[in-house]
Amino acid sequence: MTQRANGPDSRDIRPQQGVDTKDIREIVARRGDERGGLIAVLQDIQARYGYLPQEGLKEVAEGTGRSLVDVYGVATFYRSFSLTPRGKHLICVCLGTACHVRGAPRILEQFQRELGVGVGGTTPDGEFTLETVNCLGACALGPVVVVDGKYFSNVAMPGVKGILREARSGSTRLKEPAAQASAR
Amino acid sequence: MREKLNSIDHFEALQDRLVSEWDRDVPTIVIPAGTCGRAAGADELIHATQQEITSRKLDGRIRLRITGCHGLCEMEPCVLIEPEGTIYPKIDPTEMARIVEAVARGEVLEDLLSQDPETGARIQKQKDLPFLKKQVRTILGRNEMLDPMRIEDYVRSGGYSAMAKVLARGAPAAVVEDVKASGLRGRGGAGFPTGRKWELLAKQPSDGGKFLVCNADEGDPGAYMDRSVLEGNPHSIVEGMIIGAYGTGATEGVIYVRNEYPLAVEHADIALQQARELGLLGEHILGTDFCFDISLVRGAGAFVCGEETALIRSIEGKIGEPRQRPPFPVEKGIDNKPTAINNVETWANIPIIIAQGAQQFAEIGTANNSGTKVFSLVGKIRNTGLVEVPMGTTIREIVHDIGGGPAGNARIKAVQTGGPSGGCIPAEMFDLPIDYDSLVEAGSIMGSGGMIVMDEDTCMVDVARYFMNFLKDESCGKCFTCRKGTQRMYEILDDIAKGSGTLEQLDLLEELAHVVKDTAMCGLGQTAPNPVLSTLRYFRDEYVEHIRKRRCPAGVCKELITYSINENCVGCQACVRACPVGAVKGREKEQHSIDAEKCIKCGLCRNVCKFEAVDVT
Amino acid sequence: MPEIGLTINGLPVTVDEGTTLLEAVRFLGWPIPTLCYMDGLSPYGACRLCVVEIGEGAEARLVSSCTYPAQEGLKVRTASERVLRARRMTLELLLASCPQSKTIQDLAAAHGVRQQRFKQEYEDCILCGRCVRMCEEQMMAKAIGFRNRGENRSIGTPFDIKSDVCRLCGACMYVCPTCQLRCTYNEPERAICGACANLTPPCIDKEQFNDMMCYMSPCVACEIEKEG
Repeated sequence: MTQRANGPDSRDIRPQQGVDTKDIREIVARRGDERGGLIAVLQDIQARYGYLPQEGLKEVAEGTGRSLVDVYGVATFYRSFSLTPRGKHLICVCLGTACHVRGAPRILEQFQRELGVGVGGTTPDGEFTLETVNCLGACALGPVVVVDGKYFSNVAMPGVKGILREARSGSTRLKEPAAQASAR
Repeated sequence: MREKLNSIDHFEALQDRLVSEWDRDVPTIVIPAGTCGRAAGADELIHATQQEITSRKLDGRIRLRITGCHGLCEMEPCVLIEPEGTIYPKIDPTEMARIVEAVARGEVLEDLLSQDPETGARIQKQKDLPFLKKQVRTILGRNEMLDPMRIEDYVRSGGYSAMAKVLARGAPAAVVEDVKASGLRGRGGAGFPTGRKWELLAKQPSDGGKFLVCNADEGDPGAYMDRSVLEGNPHSIVEGMIIGAYGTGATEGVIYVRNEYPLAVEHADIALQQARELGLLGEHILGTDFCFDISLVRGAGAFVCGEETALIRSIEGKIGEPRQRPPFPVEKGIDNKPTAINNVETWANIPIIIAQGAQQFAEIGTANNSGTKVFSLVGKIRNTGLVEVPMGTTIREIVHDIGGGPAGNARIKAVQTGGPSGGCIPAEMFDLPIDYDSLVEAGSIMGSGGMIVMDEDTCMVDVARYFMNFLKDESCGKCFTCRKGTQRMYEILDDIAKGSGTLEQLDLLEELAHVVKDTAMCGLGQTAPNPVLSTLRYFRDEYVEHIRKRRCPAGVCKELITYSINENCVGCQACVRACPVGAVKGREKEQHSIDAEKCIKCGLCRNVCKFEAVDVT
Repeated sequence: MPEIGLTINGLPVTVDEGTTLLEAVRFLGWPIPTLCYMDGLSPYGACRLCVVEIGEGAEARLVSSCTYPAQEGLKVRTASERVLRARRMTLELLLASCPQSKTIQDLAAAHGVRQQRFKQEYEDCILCGRCVRMCEEQMMAKAIGFRNRGENRSIGTPFDIKSDVCRLCGACMYVCPTCQLRCTYNEPERAICGACANLTPPCIDKEQFNDMMCYMSPCVACEIEKEG
């Protein structure tokens, strides 16, 4: 039953740049037995690389003994995982109900226009990735935008340019990304 | 490293010592620094306060306490001065020097106090704030008393006494009886009696172990009370779970926190470590034969994981796909072992029930709905924040008396409760008492407690479309009718919002909504049509207006509105510069105009205009 | 094995513990349409066609009979107005998404669904997951699985590249309920969809046909190969 395929379906996936299999093995060894094991492993890998590299997921499948289908299924099911590298700055627009009724969709459109990318997209220069989140629980401050972990509250459309400028200058890097606890 | 406590006496001695060493009269500056507080600038306040205290050599004479969120979100960043209870709202770090000085002298800074919106009178004490007057803060009230990162603060303010009381009493069944007698119902949504759930768990065979779970996957957008409790008072959850484990014979606990709450994750993690150090968690708790430990699991961003069977799958490290019940989690949960799941607020109530006694707890609220409930009051409301009221309080009291009414000039027309599973309750029904049963009757649900206020500038078709957009992405996708049903409902709502809907589609929408409700397997799918059904029930004329007149009365739906410039225009050119597509034309000091062909209706011109010269019709 | 007494369409019956409602109902001869259910695979409850009504009064609700266990005293109705209404809407949704499937067309016709009022889509897959369960449970391969969630859910291999563990057995295609005609192409009178003509036979890339567990019977590709 476990006959291995040969010929055309033997994959040729080269390790992507910077993925250290030893690193991933170490994460699997540390986290694998915890409750929520696979998810915790993937969170740590994402914290390490900013996304889930393909080679890394294969390594996780081997390390945890779960099939690649399972690992890939989990990695694509949960929203906080990304399978593509993100830009230098992560812009996260909150689309919770409170932010929505206070005009978040237009803020998002403004970011899309300014950056020229859609939700989940990264600018060609690799500077920005635009994402949305379904409520950060900071509803009193809505519309809320989180850039690299810095919260911008009561964001209005004219303020979008300024936020991008601030992000480019690097001053949003004061804190760790709060939108992803995994980065801690 | 803390010294491990080996007996109940040992614990009580520690508590006595902490209480007696505490000098109530030393002035204390309390700065709430939950997620919103920090976002609003609490970190800078803390930094400034520390500097001022040190530079004035006031160490020991003035204390600084950094707490979690108090729920006064509208006032953040704020400063509370103890023991007087003086509150300064929206404080700039540069004011801290004055405040520290005043605290040292025992003075009050009049000009920094908040003002009554009607009379303009200054309000000094926190308890006199109109926002707090009608509230009963049994749960939230403790947040200001303690630094969530210091277990000693919690113990000193009476924490873990309920646990010690239960362990000393030594009758697990009595714990379940107490919770049953309190009438506590699950605060996570459907309101299942907590005592009954525990009783079922206690009856399960315990050979292979049993689980208790704290569901902190607060996924409803617009709800954040669980976050504030876990951030601001994590030990109350830990204590509640230990008591629950003692009563039900559970051997392992899990706190499942959503990943979007990094501070809650951090505080819960610290709380667990500190409780272990003190011997309140782990093997032989306080020297007894009772063993129980709790692990922390982070979610990874999936609304459906709030559903119990999906949450269990997620804890097992799998895709959060719900499964058929029966078997219920209480029979087969994590790793097929008996599991009881309660949400954060439910757990926070447990130590209170034990400490107060079940009878006293049951006296608050109404007959079938005892205790208090925390709501997050957000949206188009003047006083945004966390509201804790006895069950049975009317929506009007919350929205108007506590919330202070509308934020702007537009009239409030509805509140949305229960998140994407709930519905919109129209203003005509604001005398409805808030409890599990009344809300269901009105076509909504309690949910975890989000309360989003909507005014006349909110379009109900747009709200329904918003929730369907949310749900079609958050549905796990397993049940065909939920997956396709939410997509098709969105499609129809989108047509209506764009002015291309028909009345036949409206009937189809309603028919489909009922079938999705009927045929979906889990709670997400069964409640997914609620936002559509409740808005159709109370705001059908808005739908009809979109269809018949191709008009959005709230001025929200882009395809149905036009922007124009009126005679207020002074010709300042701000909108000309702002327009991303060059649709605004006009010379300096002459009234501008908008080219409707080019206009993409982004609203930027209206946003930058300082003269109310841009109309939406 | 302990027995359980329940009522199906007013008729008291007893079944073995662990029997699902679908098994009980079908054993007694009442028809229930299914798409995601298949003998030999674990029940999944994805297509929602097999819903039946249980309970009474305000407590009455619909459940998928393939996943719901028979319980003592349960009152089951397999063709109440509520059940039929739900089934018709489900079929309408199916028709709106996968109009080319003969199976769905037949089911819709049999239930009196003569129109569909949604915007027409042309999808092939209803994500019933038969192929996923076949691959895992019967072929022990786990080469394909569910990916993403909600409206973006799909079935396929990780990263959309050929899987190392796939043996190209074809079982996934064999069990597919919406493209059944792929597998009946040897009966020209029933074969109208022509999907098979567009498919790459599973064995085409293989060097050794004899080692494969091919489900595309009576595919004769390998026979031709041997002769040649």
